[in-house]
Amino acid sequence: MVQECKLLTRFFFFFCFFAGRKKFVFVQVLARYKRARAAKLTLPHYECLTPMFMPVGTQGSIKGLTSGQLEELGCQIVLGNTYHLALRPGAELLDAVGGLHEFMNWQRGLLTDSGGFQMVSLLHLADITEEGVTFQSPVDGKQMLLTPEESIRIQNKIGADVIMALDDVVKTTITGPRVEEAMYRTLRWIDRCISAHSRPRDQNLFGIGYMRKRHGGAKFARVQSLNSIKNSGGEEKDSFWRVVAQCTAGLPDDKPRYVMGVGFPLDIVVCSALGADMYDCVYPTRTARFGTALVPEGVLKLKHASMATDTRPIDASCSCMVCKNYTRAYIHTLVTKEAMGSQLVSYHNVFYMMRLSNDLHTSILEGRFPEFVQDFLQKQYPKGDVPEWVCNAMDVAGVDISMCVKS
Amino acid sequence: MRFALKAGGGDGARCGVMNFGAALAPVDTPCLLLSTRRGLPSFVSTDLLPELHPDARVLHVNPVHFLEGPPVSTIHEIGGGHKLLNLQGNALVSLARDSIVSEPDGEGNTKLGAAFNTSSGRRVIGPAKYMELVNALKPNVWASIADELPTWVSQRRNKLSVDRTLQWLDKCLGLQSVGENTSFGTIVGGASIEERKRSASETAKRNVSGFFIGGFGLGESPEDRLTLLQSVTDCLPKDLPRIISGLGMPEEILQAVSTGVDIFDSTYPHTLTKGGYAMTFPLSMDEKPWKFSLEDGAELGADFTKINLRSIAYRCDVTPLKPGCTCYTCQKHTRAYINHLLNTHEMVAQTLLDMHNIHHYLSFFQAIRDAICGSYFEEFQHWFIGQRRYCESECFDVNVSLLTPEAANIL
Repeated sequence: MVQECKLLTRFFFFFCFFAGRKKFVFVQVLARYKRARAAKLTLPHYECLTPMFMPVGTQGSIKGLTSGQLEELGCQIVLGNTYHLALRPGAELLDAVGGLHEFMNWQRGLLTDSGGFQMVSLLHLADITEEGVTFQSPVDGKQMLLTPEESIRIQNKIGADVIMALDDVVKTTITGPRVEEAMYRTLRWIDRCISAHSRPRDQNLFGIGYMRKRHGGAKFARVQSLNSIKNSGGEEKDSFWRVVAQCTAGLPDDKPRYVMGVGFPLDIVVCSALGADMYDCVYPTRTARFGTALVPEGVLKLKHASMATDTRPIDASCSCMVCKNYTRAYIHTLVTKEAMGSQLVSYHNVFYMMRLSNDLHTSILEGRFPEFVQDFLQKQYPKGDVPEWVCNAMDVAGVDISMCVKS
Repeated sequence: MRFALKAGGGDGARCGVMNFGAALAPVDTPCLLLSTRRGLPSFVSTDLLPELHPDARVLHVNPVHFLEGPPVSTIHEIGGGHKLLNLQGNALVSLARDSIVSEPDGEGNTKLGAAFNTSSGRRVIGPAKYMELVNALKPNVWASIADELPTWVSQRRNKLSVDRTLQWLDKCLGLQSVGENTSFGTIVGGASIEERKRSASETAKRNVSGFFIGGFGLGESPEDRLTLLQSVTDCLPKDLPRIISGLGMPEEILQAVSTGVDIFDSTYPHTLTKGGYAMTFPLSMDEKPWKFSLEDGAELGADFTKINLRSIAYRCDVTPLKPGCTCYTCQKHTRAYINHLLNTHEMVAQTLLDMHNIHHYLSFFQAIRDAICGSYFEEFQHWFIGQRRYCESECFDVNVSLLTPEAANIL
């Protein structure tokens, strides 16, 4: 129990469960490899194949890419941030024009978060009570209150296919009784979200649970990976995968498992091996703006001086418009100097993530998942220095990667 | 490159056809060049160009933008500008003129070369360095480097610029390895009719395939410009094409067309996009002028020719940027969405606005060509200028019936 609490102080991630008894997110598991699943997720606007990465379109667009380009790239679901959208353009306006799909003219899947996370991470004076989250509006300084009911009301107006329940968000550095309080409060808030949900037929409510037995018997876990943890290996990554593993083991099989804020390709591969299905992160698009491209070997820093005369494409194995037509040398001249540089690298990075999702799905479907994982790790760690946490995780996942590891 | 006249000619507006190369479809003139920075349009990636407009395939690529890379040897290794930029199938025109970031101000031009402001400071480029870049890029057409000056320089300095520009032209011609029929001579001469004529006639004596009329858009008045342009084109052979840079506004385009200019490098669409404006001026004499409201003081900076998408008036406006426009943005998105994207500083706002503005301006050029070929260009020009002055004192009404009921309530 104490162990669980300690883990919970560091990591949170969101799992799905259903609002009420009716199932409107239809999940069909098409194939498996031990814990990993290739599935079809049917949403009102789109039929998605998982494992699936969802790019983040914070304020109603993905940086520099048009809706047409996103479709071409194979995006299935795009994330919108409720907090930002409620500020601009506003929930009432979105409702008036027919929802975010209409506003953006994006006809595939949309997912909105509850707004709680941004509130806690962006606003210094957020205060959480049983009622909700009180904060100062960044627009006019007025005292405002975000309740579970209000979060759902806003998300109902935005109209995404999947919406998230408001949870009692705690900072990962908090320990002690506050964590338990947050756990139980979140459960109470989930019930309030369910009651307030006015569109159960066309919007699916995902909830967040805690790693505890609830009177129904289902176990939930709340784990959230923060980008800041990624670069430090060691202990945090070790706890991270263990929590994911415990959660996927405990959750019902016929429901999608969504790990929020996970975006490093390596993390996605590990989580998929352990049984998770959906991921979102700003990382691919954010890192593109600094001139960093995602490649099978890891990352390619296009700003680096060595790129100035490199006439190869960003990734020779990539079939995206950027890799088929441009050289590293040319993109080197654009990055950080022209908006177009950012656009081209974003285009490639989003394609890379879509390709990764597709590779995960098809390799499980076609019964060659271990081979895919082995190939992936060999490219990222050609010297065989696969991190220990990955080895441990793959051990639990039952995927043999011994040929990738040279001790 | 081959140029042939189709209609008009004489001393006035003319229609022609540019054949930039065997692999490229012919281009009708008068035509517009798309502006680029370091080789690519600022906001619209090459995969979007076909959707933008059928005429979006002739681009102005400035060799000076490549001073900071890639190295000339690398450009050669890749195979030239078209491959470097993924612009195969497009025509590239190279002029040493950048009206977006660095207009020629004449300061710093020496006998060694012309001065340009780059992101690594002021650089002086002479014919040798310039041709190194041009030869690496291998554009379909290139113009010689010139001592371009604004109109307020002394007579002596102006005369020097004409001499220098001719010397540099000869040097460039001697160094070029781009190919046959690709060289254009640059004409300068500032605000002096005499020097303009001298520059034009001397340049025409060289073995060039066309002319870049430089030094305009740098301080001359519209009235002077007409006389100066006329004096230049009078001295040029009719069967060779003329390019001009630095003219933005539609009236300026029309004026230059009337003196016999064929190809235009204009930053007008870019300037509007950066300011958050969408072009809305009518393109045909049949189009009714439309009106919009000043009641709530919302139409800041807008006039009959463009709308300011940052204005709060468009917050809930779910109509296209310009009703009836067939561009990608107007077919797929609304003013409300662009307004939101601008307010939240999303990059795709510029992409969508630019796709509309370039489309609109390319359509304007189509209207010009139709007018010349249909022998009503003067009437068209007269009508266009007349209706741009029409609305200054008028009241405008929002067509509320175009908004959804809920949006209208909010407004």
